[in-house]
Amino acid sequence: MKKELKKNNIFKRFKDSIYTRSINPKKERDRIQVVFQSLALHLHPTMIPEKALKFSVTWGLGGMAALLILLQALTGILLRFVYQPFPGKAYDSIIYLKNNILFGDLIRNFHHWSGTFLVLIVFLHLLRVYFTGAYHDKRQFNWVLGVFLLLFVIFSNFTGYLLPWDQLAFWAITVSTSMLFYVPLIGDTLVEMVRGGSEIGEATLLIFYNFHTSILPLLLLAVMGFHFWRVRKAGGVVFPKSESDTENKLVTTLPHLIFREFVVALILIAVILLFSIFFDAPLLEKANPAFSPNPAKAPWYFEGLQELMLHFHPLFAAIIIPTFITLFLISLPYLKYDSKVTGIWFLSDKGKQTSKISAFVGLIITPSLIIMDEYFFDFSLILESIPPVISNGLFPFTLLLLLQTGYYKYIKIKYTTNKAETIQAMFVLNLIIFLVLTLTSILFRGEGMALTLPWN
Amino acid sequence: MSREKKENINIQKEPLSRRGFFNKLWIGLGTLAGIEVLGISLNFLLSSSKMGKNDLASFIVAGKVDDFKPNSVTPFRSGKFYLSRLNDGGFLAMSLTCTHLGCSVGWNKLENTFICPCHSSSFEINGDVTNQPAPRALDLLPVIIENEIVKVNPNEKTKRQSFSSSQLTYHVV
Ligand code: HEM
Ligand code: HEM
Ligand code: FES
Repeated sequence: MKKELKKNNIFKRFKDSIYTRSINPKKERDRIQVVFQSLALHLHPTMIPEKALKFSVTWGLGGMAALLILLQALTGILLRFVYQPFPGKAYDSIIYLKNNILFGDLIRNFHHWSGTFLVLIVFLHLLRVYFTGAYHDKRQFNWVLGVFLLLFVIFSNFTGYLLPWDQLAFWAITVSTSMLFYVPLIGDTLVEMVRGGSEIGEATLLIFYNFHTSILPLLLLAVMGFHFWRVRKAGGVVFPKSESDTENKLVTTLPHLIFREFVVALILIAVILLFSIFFDAPLLEKANPAFSPNPAKAPWYFEGLQELMLHFHPLFAAIIIPTFITLFLISLPYLKYDSKVTGIWFLSDKGKQTSKISAFVGLIITPSLIIMDEYFFDFSLILESIPPVISNGLFPFTLLLLLQTGYYKYIKIKYTTNKAETIQAMFVLNLIIFLVLTLTSILFRGEGMALTLPWN
Repeated sequence: MSREKKENINIQKEPLSRRGFFNKLWIGLGTLAGIEVLGISLNFLLSSSKMGKNDLASFIVAGKVDDFKPNSVTPFRSGKFYLSRLNDGGFLAMSLTCTHLGCSVGWNKLENTFICPCHSSSFEINGDVTNQPAPRALDLLPVIIENEIVKVNPNEKTKRQSFSSSQLTYHVV
């Protein structure tokens, strides 16, 4: 009698029309069905190799990035209820958010820190993918999609940076958009397009706001879906496979993978919450177009680029070198490799050795070059009669390319590395150069962008 | 599979078969529609640059000629320019926007130079570059002197490579 009543209960029937199963059933077959039937979970396969579960296979970085993007969308939508994208109002709306809205500060901080972690984590994910050789064959195009995701994430962060309309935002955007002036032929038009006029003003804010809160999020979500689908199509993530079938044992995704992801997600959210509680997102005075703060620094992920600006003509520092790097990244999977090792960190013992050497060389050479350029050398003075594009641009750039080619040959001959290992050594060298440049700019650049110690 | 291939070859052989024609028509129309959508979107994006334009080509009063001593620099923050008066009494109005990447340069009285806080470019009192990375001298603004009054038009920037004495405006008595 009672049971019948339950069956006819309209609430129960309504619930069953949505979802009948229990969330974590006892039987293995049912667990497979849960994953297969669920909209959110069916991004995953129903069974996965036990070995792929090991944390050090992916470090969970791709999943973390996906989570952070969702959190950005959620906190961003909340911020949009308060934020007003007009030069006269934007700054005040942030102040209002901080002072008058319950947890307004917390949500803003969360959006800020989660954006910061996102850039870091996506970058680490790229390194993980590269150093486990997960970009060959079926994964080639997914790497390209990844590079676009990285660009979208950086531009999301960058467009968000302008929105508070404080001194930090205003001058960082002034400097960054001015870089486009140096694009040959169409530079002036490009700057006008990006700024919506010759100066940074209400049109610029509207454009950045639109990109930040609609165009880039949509692009991110779309390409992310594509990215995940490609991971599935490639047969999952890479890991060292063994000969015997018994060692390549399959386990059900639920609970093994799902629960792990859940734990990682909770920890990540907790860490960002802690950051948001203890460290406020920066906010300087309201933007003043007549006064640049000293020093005026770019957002941290662009500081490597800014450091480059101090040493090269802008055409090279802002346009040619970044274009080079992007093209190099995109082309990585398509170079001709004589062996395609996947799933093994740094390819081989020789790969490990040459990577270490390259890291060491980068660590020594980059600071030396920075100090030399700062105190001893000035190509533009030595080659006074030559235009700076050449003396400060083409000339040092060519020199750098020659040095790199020499290093490539050196590694190849001295250590008899194969192509993949040699390219990897170059990758490490340039990675370290980039990191040293970034850290130099963050830590050792003070007033007037002169070299100082961090505690001065 | 192979039959399809054969058909494809047939289509290529007789370019004006009905199917070939419609295929081309579709591609053509599709491309046209794509270009239209792109054009309309770009126009939306670019429209904002017309919105905020201030086309005031007007001169503002900087002050009396005698208010400015020779070898002095006076900032006009709201107009975003500096008015320099050189040793020989000539006037020069310059945008305070650094020609490198657009930061506002500051005037350092002690060292007698303009210094940019962003990448440490510096400029002489006449706007010439003394320290790179800035690629050219500070942009010029037109100066006129009427009835002992110096006036500057802050909205009409002129790019220049370097300083020359023809850029100076003198007070002729
Ligand atoms: C990958 C995704 C995103 C990243 C990396 C990102 C990053 C940022 C950053 C760095 C800021 C500046 C905050 C500050 O430090 O002052 C910001 C602000 C803002 N973002 Fe996002 N964001 C993302 C997605 C979104 C989305 C999807 C929305 C809304 C639909 C949104 C809405 C906002 C708003 C309204 C602000 C201004 C409020 C403020 O500056 O505190 N964001 N974002
Ligand atoms: C928004 C940014 C990104 C998200 C959300 C994302 C997400 C993911 C996820 C969830 C996976 C599954 C395995 C894992 O967690 O490592 C994955 C794999 C992969 N990602 Fe990303 N990714 C992003 C950016 C990138 C970037 C910047 C690259 C490289 C340039 C990249 C290249 C790849 C490749 C090649 C795989 C396959 C790896 C394998 O088979 O082992 N992704 N990504
Ligand atoms: S903006 Fe002035 S030196 Fe770079």
